[in-house]
Amino acid sequence: MGQKETFRRVLHYIRKYWLYLAASIVMASVTVALTLYFPILTGRVIDLVVGAGQVDFEGVFAILGQMAVIAGATGAAQWIMNICNNKMTYCIVQDIRNEAFRRIEILPLKYIDAHSYGEVVSRVIADVDQFADGLLMGFTQFFTGVITILGTLGFMLSVNVAVTGVVVLVTPLSFFVAGFIAKKTFTMFHLQSETRGEQTALIEEMVGNQKVVQAFSHEDEALNQFDEINGRLQACSLRAIFFSSLTNPSTRFVNNLVYAGVAVVGAVYAVHGGISVGQLSCFLSYANQYTKPFNEISGVVTELQNALACAARIFSLIEEEPQTPEPENAQTLKCVEGRVELSHVDFSYVPDKKLITDLNLAVKPGQRVAIVGPTGCGKTTVINLLMRFYDVDSGKICVDGADIREVTRKSLRENYGMVLQETWLKAGTIRDNIVMGRPDATEEEVIAAAKASHAHSFIKRLSKGYDTVIGEDGGSLSQGQKQLLCITRVMLCLPPMLILDEATSSIDTRTEIRIQKAFATMMQGRTSFIVAHRLSTIREADVILVMKDGNIIEQGNHETLLKKKGFYAGLYESQFAV
Amino acid sequence: MRKLLVYLKGYKKETVFAPLFKMLEATFELFVPLVMAAIIDRGIGQADTGYVLKMGGILVALGLIGLLCSITAQYFAAKAAVGFSTGLKHALFDHIQHLSFTEIDTLGTSTLITRMTSDVNQVQNGVNMVLRLFLRSPFIVFGAMVMAFTIDVKAALIFAVTIPLLAVVVFGIMALTMPMYKKVQAGLDAVLSATRENLTGARVIRAFHKEEEEIGRFEEKNEFLTHLQLVVGKISALTNPVTYIIINAATIFLLYTGAVRVDNGSITQGEVVALVNYMSQILVELIKLANLIITITKALACANRIEAVFEVKSSMEWQTGMAGEAFRQMDQTAVVSMVSGADGLPEKERLAVEFDHVHLTYGGAGAESLSDIHIRVPKGQTVGIIGGTGSGKSSLVNMIPRFYDATAGTVRVDGRDVKSYGMEELRQKVGIVLQKAVLFRGTIRDNLLWGNGAATDEELWEALRLAQAKEFVETKEGRLDAPVAQEGRNFSGGQRQRLTIARALVAKPEILILDDSASALDYATDAALRRALKELPGETTVFIVSQRASSIQHADQIIVLEDGEMAGYGTHEELLADCEVYQEIYYSQFEKQSAVQN
Repeated sequence: MGQKETFRRVLHYIRKYWLYLAASIVMASVTVALTLYFPILTGRVIDLVVGAGQVDFEGVFAILGQMAVIAGATGAAQWIMNICNNKMTYCIVQDIRNEAFRRIEILPLKYIDAHSYGEVVSRVIADVDQFADGLLMGFTQFFTGVITILGTLGFMLSVNVAVTGVVVLVTPLSFFVAGFIAKKTFTMFHLQSETRGEQTALIEEMVGNQKVVQAFSHEDEALNQFDEINGRLQACSLRAIFFSSLTNPSTRFVNNLVYAGVAVVGAVYAVHGGISVGQLSCFLSYANQYTKPFNEISGVVTELQNALACAARIFSLIEEEPQTPEPENAQTLKCVEGRVELSHVDFSYVPDKKLITDLNLAVKPGQRVAIVGPTGCGKTTVINLLMRFYDVDSGKICVDGADIREVTRKSLRENYGMVLQETWLKAGTIRDNIVMGRPDATEEEVIAAAKASHAHSFIKRLSKGYDTVIGEDGGSLSQGQKQLLCITRVMLCLPPMLILDEATSSIDTRTEIRIQKAFATMMQGRTSFIVAHRLSTIREADVILVMKDGNIIEQGNHETLLKKKGFYAGLYESQFAV
Repeated sequence: MRKLLVYLKGYKKETVFAPLFKMLEATFELFVPLVMAAIIDRGIGQADTGYVLKMGGILVALGLIGLLCSITAQYFAAKAAVGFSTGLKHALFDHIQHLSFTEIDTLGTSTLITRMTSDVNQVQNGVNMVLRLFLRSPFIVFGAMVMAFTIDVKAALIFAVTIPLLAVVVFGIMALTMPMYKKVQAGLDAVLSATRENLTGARVIRAFHKEEEEIGRFEEKNEFLTHLQLVVGKISALTNPVTYIIINAATIFLLYTGAVRVDNGSITQGEVVALVNYMSQILVELIKLANLIITITKALACANRIEAVFEVKSSMEWQTGMAGEAFRQMDQTAVVSMVSGADGLPEKERLAVEFDHVHLTYGGAGAESLSDIHIRVPKGQTVGIIGGTGSGKSSLVNMIPRFYDATAGTVRVDGRDVKSYGMEELRQKVGIVLQKAVLFRGTIRDNLLWGNGAATDEELWEALRLAQAKEFVETKEGRLDAPVAQEGRNFSGGQRQRLTIARALVAKPEILILDDSASALDYATDAALRRALKELPGETTVFIVSQRASSIQHADQIIVLEDGEMAGYGTHEELLADCEVYQEIYYSQFEKQSAVQN
C-alpha cells in the first residue's frame, strides 16, 4: 500500500469526526489570532511607557485589562482544542482496533494458521499505538502551525511586500528538506517496524514456551537468537531515529537563513529609508513566528511518516481477504437429521502438495463414524472441512442435502458439537467456559453436564468452584482437566451432530470409560465423527474409515475390517504388541 | 525508572554530549539578537551596506554552527536511547528466562510480551526526548531569569515567582496523570489478551459461533481503554493552556511594574522590551517542555511496569557452577564414608532417582498436589507412572528436573539433592518431553539441536529413528532442513510429539522422562517407540507417564497415583494382584479387548 493510499484511508477514518475536526480548527484559529494579537497589545503598552514621568497609567490599565481577558480566552480555546484532538485521536484508534478485531474474527483459518500470533498482535497493539501518537501530534501541531503561518504572512504583507517576498521565497526550501528526509526515512521506519515484528514473534515463541526452553537449558541460545535480532533492531532503529531527527535541525537552519535574509534585505531597505527601524524589528519578530511552525510541522511530518508506516501494516491486516462470504440467499440449517455426504472432495493446504483426493463418503443420520489411520494421514483435515474451517478445493460436502457452502456458517456449526485434542479455554470463570454454547443454561443444567463429563468432582474441589477464574489458556489446569471442561461445554449444548477429535486423549482410561458411556447416550441418534488412536474408543462405531495419505483405504465396521486382515487389522493387533 | 538507568551506563559519553551540544546550540541562538542589534545600530544607523552584508554572513555562520551542534546532539541522543533499550530488552529477556515455573504460571505470558515490546518502546522514546530537550529547556528558562536580574532586580522578582509556580503546575499535573497512565497500560493489556485469545482459540470460537459476542467483549474493553485515555488526556491537556495563562499574567504584571519603574526613572523603555522578550522566550521553551512532559510521564509509567517485572525474583535458587562442584565433592566423600550394599558400592550411587517422603503444594493452591511420595529408582530401570487425570503424575516427574521444589521431603538424582545441582548440570542429566508438544520456528535440524548443539547429522538421524520420526522426516522436502512453523503448526500432533521425543534423545540424557508424550501416537507407533527406548545404550533410566496400561505394563516398576497419593508401587503382576486402582485401570482397557480377541 502506497503512502498516499494509506493517507487516504486515514482521512476516511477522520471523516466520521469532522465536527471535532472543525471545532479543533476553529479553536486553533482563535488561539493563533489571539496569540498574535497579544504582542501588538504589549507593543501599545510599551508605547505608553515612554520615560520617567511620561507614563499614561490610565491607558496602560485599560490595555492590561484587555490583555488579561485575551490571555484567559486563549487558554480556554487551547484547552478545548486539545480535548477535541484527544477525542478524535482516541476514537479513531478505537475504531481501527475494532475494525481490525472484526476482521480477525472473519479471516479464514488459513491466515490465522499461517501467521504468528505475535505478529498479528503487534499490529493491533503496538502499531496502532504508534499511529495514535503520530496522529495526536499531527492534530495538535499541524493546524496551529498552518494557521500561524497564514496569519503572520497576512500581517507581513500589509507592512512590506518586498521583504515578505524574501521570506516566501526561501521557506519552501524548508519543505523540500523535510520532504526529502521524510521520503528517505519511510523505508527505514518500515524496516524498523518489520524487525520489531520479528522480535515480537520471537518473544512470543520463547516466553510463551518458557518451560520447554528451560527444560533444555536453552536459555543461552534463545538469548543469543534474541540478541541477534535485537542487534539488527538496534542498528535499524538508530538509523531511522537519527535520520528522522535530522529534520528539525535542518529546517531550523533554513529558518536561520530566512532570518538572515530578512535582516539583510530589511536593513538595506531601511538604509534607503524604505521602512522604519520599528517596522524592521516587528518584521523580524514575525519572521520568527512565521518560520517556527515550519519546525513543528516538519517534526510532525516525521512523526506522521512513522505513523503511516504503522498504519499501512494495520490496514493490510484490515484489508486481508476475509473468508468466502456467505451467499445472500444462504439457508439456515434448522435442527438437522444428520445426513452428511462428501462427494469427490479434493483438498490441500498448499497448492502443489495434494492431501485429500477424491474423497467420497455418505453418512446416514445417527451413524457413528470413526476415522482412524496413522498420524498425518488427513484425519484432522476432514474435521476442518466438515466444520468449514477450510473450504474444499473441488467436490462438495452436503448436510441434509444442502451444500455447506450455501448455508450460513453459524447454522452449520451450531449443528455440530466439537471437542478437539487441542484444548482451548478462554480467560474467565469455569462457568463462563462451560456455557459458551448456551449462555442461558441454568445452574442445574451446568452441573448436570459437568457430572456427565466427570468434571464436576474436580471443579468442586477448586477454591471457588464454578466461579473459579482461570487464566489465559486454562492457566493452572492440567491438560486432562481442560479436556473435561471442553467436553462439558459440548455436553451442555447437545447439538445434533458431534465431532470428537482425540477428545479424550489426555484423560485417564477409567474416567474415559465413564465419559464414553455419557458420550454413548449422547451420541444416540446423533451423527458423530470420532478421531481417535485408542481403538477401544472406536470399536463400537457403525462405520470405520481407515485413512492413509489422504485417501480412505478401508471402510466398514470393526468385525468386517478385522476379517479383512488389512491395514486396520494390523493397527488393531499392534495394540497388544510390546 | 531509576533502576533502569543502569542500562545507560555504557553510553556515558553519549548521555553527556547530547545535552551538551544541545546547550551549545541554544547558546549560539542567544547570539543572534546581539548581531541584530549591531545591524540596527551600526549598519542602518551609519548607512553601511557592507557592514550589513558582513553581519548577515555572521548570522548564516551562526546558523551553520548551530546545525552542526544540533546534528551531533541528535546522533548521540538516538544512539544512547536505542542502545539503552537494546540493553534493557536483553536484560529483561534474560531475566524472564530465569524465572522459575511458579513465577511464569502466575505472571502469564501476554503481559510479559507487552512489557518487552510496547513498554520498552515508550521508554526508549522518553530517554531520547529527555536527552534532546530536557536540559535545554531549563537552561533557557534559568538563563532568561539570570538576564532579567542583570537588567532590574525588582522586575526580575516576578520571574522568581513565576518559575516555581510553573514548576508546581507542570509537576503537579505529571504526578496526577502518572497513576492514570498506568491504568491506561493495564487497559491496553486487556485489549491485547483479548486479541491473542481470539487468535489462539479461533477454531473453538467459530465452532461455537461466538464471533459476535467476542467482538462485543473486545469492543467493551476497547471502549474502556478509550475512556481512560480521554480522561487522562483531559487533564494533561491542561498543561499548555495553564502555563500560557500564567506566563501572560506574569507579562501583565511585568508591564505594570515596568510602567511604575519607568515612571520613577529606574529603567528605560528599551529595558522593558527586553524583559518582555525574556518572558516570551520562557513561554516558547515551556510549550516544548509541556509536550515533552507527556512523553516522559508515559515513559515513566511504562518504566515502572518494566521494573515490576525485574522485581519478580525467581523463587528457586540454583547452585552456581562452583558451589555445585563443591557440593558434589562433599557429597561424594560423605557417600564413600557410608559405604553400604553387598557389592561394596555406595547404595545411593546406584540410585538414579530417589523421592524421600516428598510433598508438593503449588503456590496459591489450597490442597497438596503430591503427598508423601517415596520411591527409589535404580539406574537403568524403566518406571511407569499411571493414574487418573489430575492425580499428580506430571507434578511428580516435573520435580526430577526441579521445575518445582518440594514443599517437604527431598528429591535426589544420582544420590544428590536436586537443590545441590547447578541448573545446567541437572538438566543435562535429565531429559524431559513435556505433555504439550512444542516446536520452534526454524528447521527440523534447528529444533533437534536444542538437545545438543554439537550433535552430528548421524546422531540426529539416530534420535529420529528411535523416536519413530525417521520415516516422515525422510519424506519431507529438505529432510532435516524442512521448515518448522511457529509452535510446529505445520506438523500433526503425533508428528510433533515424535519430534519432541527425538529432541530430548539427541541430548542423550541419563534420565529420560516422557510425560504423556506419546498420547497422539497410534498404538503401533507407540509400541515401536517403547521397543526402541529399550535399546537405549547403557544405564538410561526412563520414566513413562501414560494413560495407557499397555504403555507401562512392562516397566520395571510402576507407580499408581490417585489424588496425589501413591495408591500402588510395584511390578505389573504385583499390582494386578493387589492394587485395586491399578486393576480398575487395567481392566478398563484390556478386559473388553481380550473379549473381542477371543
